Amino acid sequence: MPNKALHFQHSQRWKISWLFVFIAMVCMVFSDLSINTYDPLTEFIKILSGLFHPSLNNISSPLDAVLQTISFAFLGVAMGSFAGFVLALFFNFKFIRISCALLRSVHELFWALIFLQIFGLHPITGLLALAIPYAATFAKVYAEIIEEGDQHAYNTIKNHSSIISAFFYARLPDLWPHFVSYTRYRLECGLRSSTVLGFVGLPTLGYYLNTAFLEGEYAQVWALLFLFYILIASIRYWVRAKLLPVYLFIAPFIIANDNVISFANISRFFSHDIIPSPIRNGESLTALWQWFSQLFLTEALPGIINTILLTQIALVLTGILALAWFPLISQLFFKRFGRLSGNAFLIIMRSTPEYILTFMLLILWGPSMLPAVIALGLHNAAIISHLMGDYSNKLNLRADISRGVNLYFYEVLPRIYGQFLAFLFYRWEIIMRETAILGILGITTLGFYIDSAIADIRFDKAMILIAITALLNVGVDALARFIRSRLRLKSTAECS
Amino acid sequence: MINLQSANVSYEGKTALHNISLQIRRGEKLALVGHSGSGKSSLLKLLYSKQKNNSALIPQEYGLVQNLSIFHNVYMGQLGRKPAWYNLLNLIKPLTEPVAAVNTILQSLQLNEKIFDPVATLSGGQQQRTAIARALYHNGKILLADEPVSSLDETQSKLVMKLLCSQFETLIFSLHDVDLALEFCDRVVGLSHGKIVINSLAKNLTRTELLELYAE
Repeated sequence: MPNKALHFQHSQRWKISWLFVFIAMVCMVFSDLSINTYDPLTEFIKILSGLFHPSLNNISSPLDAVLQTISFAFLGVAMGSFAGFVLALFFNFKFIRISCALLRSVHELFWALIFLQIFGLHPITGLLALAIPYAATFAKVYAEIIEEGDQHAYNTIKNHSSIISAFFYARLPDLWPHFVSYTRYRLECGLRSSTVLGFVGLPTLGYYLNTAFLEGEYAQVWALLFLFYILIASIRYWVRAKLLPVYLFIAPFIIANDNVISFANISRFFSHDIIPSPIRNGESLTALWQWFSQLFLTEALPGIINTILLTQIALVLTGILALAWFPLISQLFFKRFGRLSGNAFLIIMRSTPEYILTFMLLILWGPSMLPAVIALGLHNAAIISHLMGDYSNKLNLRADISRGVNLYFYEVLPRIYGQFLAFLFYRWEIIMRETAILGILGITTLGFYIDSAIADIRFDKAMILIAITALLNVGVDALARFIRSRLRLKSTAECS
Repeated sequence: MINLQSANVSYEGKTALHNISLQIRRGEKLALVGHSGSGKSSLLKLLYSKQKNNSALIPQEYGLVQNLSIFHNVYMGQLGRKPAWYNLLNLIKPLTEPVAAVNTILQSLQLNEKIFDPVATLSGGQQQRTAIARALYHNGKILLADEPVSSLDETQSKLVMKLLCSQFETLIFSLHDVDLALEFCDRVVGLSHGKIVINSLAKNLTRTELLELYAE
């Protein structure tokens, strides 16, 4: 029998990577990636000219939009963080884990669309839309932090003190810095989310961005985007532990408005609106089945197919761009000045929400999957290449190292490829969740059918489609975890 | 060919080498001895920086890429001599010519059976021999080797030392095994606290004299 070692064999990582590239290429055959606008160049020039004359003139109170954005983010993240902490303590219960996975798999924009039907434009809509998915994510990450922490002190004293005092004395002080750093990081995500919630009606920056985009007022679009970037970039200057209570005290007054919660609305939503119409009308089970199969074949199925197609293409594009970009911030490849500009580029790309990038590209190229693929690729690649660049700077290389292409392919890439795949598979589910959401912009993923069902006031259908979307996300998450464990890839929790 | 005059090196404010003067002639076999932290590795790094272009290097921590095969790690010794497209092709599918050349070297180190195994699956001694093979494949006039046989047994150590001495013209080893130093080198330089305390021909030194370096 010939010795297997004498024949060169590619690694599993190599094979799985090409499998994903192949799948993406097949997906491209079935996807609409065309440019549909007559004159993308003119529109591009219009957008670009706005960049050089940013103006807030037509926006009644930009300061209020900024304050609303901050307040919703602060309160939503605070509520999510508190609830997530409590849930994390009970995370060893399977029920809690599964519920959190399901709550997490529904994007905050879908939560917002649901709560808009229940509470209207009352601030509670925005708060819950942020707090619920954030709580579920916090629960998972906090639980991981608790699990990984040192337990020696706790085990020593737990027998002669109550569990609660033991936890607060022997665990929390060591875990606290990890909680703070993750929560702080999620606050930045919260600012992005709260901005994007404006696109469905909350009075945050996104609301004004939406209007400005639709009216083609690019001078305003850019001014608002600059406000947004300044907000994100300055976080470390104004988010201070001592100021937090002040912010949290003022925030409720800022987001308060005249809308009142209608209890008739709430009870109608649960007892009437979301009940499948055949049941509501007292029809037979056959009618219910027909209703469901009709919904599944004409809306859910095309939505699922398009969501998967778009996700797989965007995932591979993300990977390719990330591999191309990470040298931009790596000391191994660029000198200080080059790295600074590379870093600026990556920061802008990763702070701009995919939703806003897609919106802009849709205007340029018209409705097809192309804008979404590119936007998802740009945003997610910027996040991954930032992490990989950092990782490559920590590599311990020998003195007689080669340079350029040889350095990249022989020394660096093989060393960081496992970490790269871990990051990429971690973002797989996040990309899919975002893909579904982009349907609201008119790309025929699941979000498109959900948004249409809500616009037609058919909440029964919308709820079923949202549930299907959630299950799809949970499925992809499980698949990603399976592949990661098969390839023995480790990854730390990072942004969504 | 290498000439150091009162060289000083410090890392993060701590002095690693102090007032080092050392001449190394072509064809010499030099051993640097001393306990860990005495400045052997720092001196070796300094010497390497003076003769980058025609030296092969065996670093103490091997500097191997764990996810690549032995073949690719050894091939890295000659990356600079081939065009990038050739290197990339060879990364995707090992080419016949370099495989044959690398295989010859691996045979002399008894590693050829594992030529396409990823380095991550090897034992410490096998990894060390991979790093040695890379230096042999790199070739060149000078070899700088930092504890090149620390993970090998006595028989293998002697085999490897003999092999290295026959392949390179000038050799500079850092060694903690004084017997190997006396057996294979012409000259021994003893270091202590970043200073040269012994510098003489091997034939004029005894084992006991050298062991005193480690006594403190």
